[in-house]
Amino acid sequence: MIRLVPRSDTPALLQVATPVMAVLATMIAGGILFAIMGYDPVAAIKTIFWDPLFGLAASYSRPQLLVKAAPLILIASGLAVGFRAGIWNIGAEGQYIIGAITGAAVALAAYPAPEMWIFPAMVIAGAAGGWAWGMIPALLRNWFGASEILVSLMLVYVAQRIAAWMAFGPMRNPEGFGMPGSRNLQQYPAASNPELIAGTGAHWGVVAAAAAVLATWFLMSRHIRGFHIRAAGTAPRAARFAGVRPETLVAFCLGLSGALAGMAGLFEVAGPAGQITDKVGVGYGFTAIIVAFLGRLHPVGILLAGLLLALTYIGGELAQLTMNLPAATVQVFQGMLLFFLLGFDLLTRYRIARRVTA
Amino acid sequence: MIDPIALFLLLLSASTPILFAALGELVVERAGVLNLGVEGMMIMGALSGFATAHYSGNAFLGFAAAALAGALVALPFAILTQFLMSNQVASGLALTLFGLGLAALFGKPVEGVKAPTMAAGPLGLNWIVWLGLAMVPAIWWFLNRSRAGLILRGVGENHDAAHALGYDVRQVRLAAIAFGGAMAGVGGAFISIATVLQWTEGMTAGAGWIALAIVVFSNWTAPGVLAGAWLFGGVTVLQLRLQAAGVRVPVQLLSMAPYLATIIVLVAISARQKFSRRAGGAAPGSLGQDFHALR
Repeated sequence: MIRLVPRSDTPALLQVATPVMAVLATMIAGGILFAIMGYDPVAAIKTIFWDPLFGLAASYSRPQLLVKAAPLILIASGLAVGFRAGIWNIGAEGQYIIGAITGAAVALAAYPAPEMWIFPAMVIAGAAGGWAWGMIPALLRNWFGASEILVSLMLVYVAQRIAAWMAFGPMRNPEGFGMPGSRNLQQYPAASNPELIAGTGAHWGVVAAAAAVLATWFLMSRHIRGFHIRAAGTAPRAARFAGVRPETLVAFCLGLSGALAGMAGLFEVAGPAGQITDKVGVGYGFTAIIVAFLGRLHPVGILLAGLLLALTYIGGELAQLTMNLPAATVQVFQGMLLFFLLGFDLLTRYRIARRVTA
Repeated sequence: MIDPIALFLLLLSASTPILFAALGELVVERAGVLNLGVEGMMIMGALSGFATAHYSGNAFLGFAAAALAGALVALPFAILTQFLMSNQVASGLALTLFGLGLAALFGKPVEGVKAPTMAAGPLGLNWIVWLGLAMVPAIWWFLNRSRAGLILRGVGENHDAAHALGYDVRQVRLAAIAFGGAMAGVGGAFISIATVLQWTEGMTAGAGWIALAIVVFSNWTAPGVLAGAWLFGGVTVLQLRLQAAGVRVPVQLLSMAPYLATIIVLVAISARQKFSRRAGGAAPGSLGQDFHALR
């Protein structure tokens, strides 16, 4: 028999090795799933993880990597800060949608003014919208003790309906022949979020994601607030005795992750998506939770994890085209990945020893 | 005029999916486990139940399959939280994401087909509605009057003490998680087999999360769950009525009502628990904590 002995600290090698093991286990389990469904497992895995980078269509799909990774990294960086403190914002999807709406609102109000300030104002409005949407669960938790998990999640459904209402009502394109959806911001130069360097896919959201990685790294490892967050996560009682107010952390973490998610929404709606529709939310807010865990809640890990999950999106689309694999495959993959990740995490917290029979 | 009795019967139907899921989660949480995967188990139940009902032509067989599917899909969550000591919040989320993906993946072949017709029970209500109502006193009795229920509550209140008394904490929790999955599965299947009468991707639309909120609202009691489920059934029916009556509010805003009502109720009940004398409300003592027996 084996038994588990709690570790007092984790070897650095394991910290890095467990996410890699989880990815490999997901590939194997995914391969088995594909085989059951009647697809060639090796070809499917290769199409998802290899071909987008080095395959025939790589010149098209490689830029997509940054386009898809940017919102994931931006959102996950914020979420990870809260997760470290045991504050569970799982409504980033809602904050993303609201950020997209408030950001786009600035552009639609200013249309067709050509001024330079419009795009920066949109970014600020997007961040503010996401921040405000994140502050709702924060304040309800601080004032009334309501679970931020359930409130932030409920607000996703509310945000989705606000987006639908906007697309069919107030924000509908007056020149759109009655079609739902706002004006296309890609065709409005002062408000659009174009590719900055041709052929790379890099838009302002990529710049913001890089900045978010640096900023959260600084926050978590060099700033007193980051120290408080880590203390509150590992030893809440000790942190409270040291003068850390939980209310402040709840407001800070939910506000920060909300603002980053809102910005991600704005960059998406002003760039790749182009317009407000009833399907603004495409699930980045939920996938970002997986990114945060896969990156072990560390900024650098999140950077790598975001790129990997972006790869699964692109590879999934490719497999849909070339192998006729269903679109939901990627979702299943991501869910399995989180399962394996949490499972292998055992190795970082416990040592496996042989049971000594007395 | 709206007939109040007809409206109440509609309410009973509308509240059934959430009633099943929330009763299941109630038992799980009373055993000390927080399973945020209700939505994932419901959607898997909705799909498996619908597919089984469609291919067999027997709706009751569909509900049995849904219960089985709900319990099975909860298995990874059970292994992670009970044997690998994984964080329950994260594992539950993973279950929801996994279930939604798996259902979307396997649901394609039954898109657009119809559910078999079901023979209605007394008062023209579906038999499953009656089963759900019967589950309320049954679960109340189990939790408060049976020996097994006492052990389950003991495990949930203080797993170390229960372990010291010689009860198998893991075994109790595994059984509770499986039961919770089966109940969520039946709840989900009610949406696809008896309400919408077809399968669409993501059709549970947050019902699993509302069920989780109702467990908090119920103060962890079976009658409280019934009250909560009726409240949301009522809001849903009212909202649909207002849509049908052509009220000058956009449909998208009316359909927010159940979610906003959930938040309002959650806040009200959390505030009462927060400001009442008994700290922590009625939540089970070991809720959401890992259990690792060193001896």
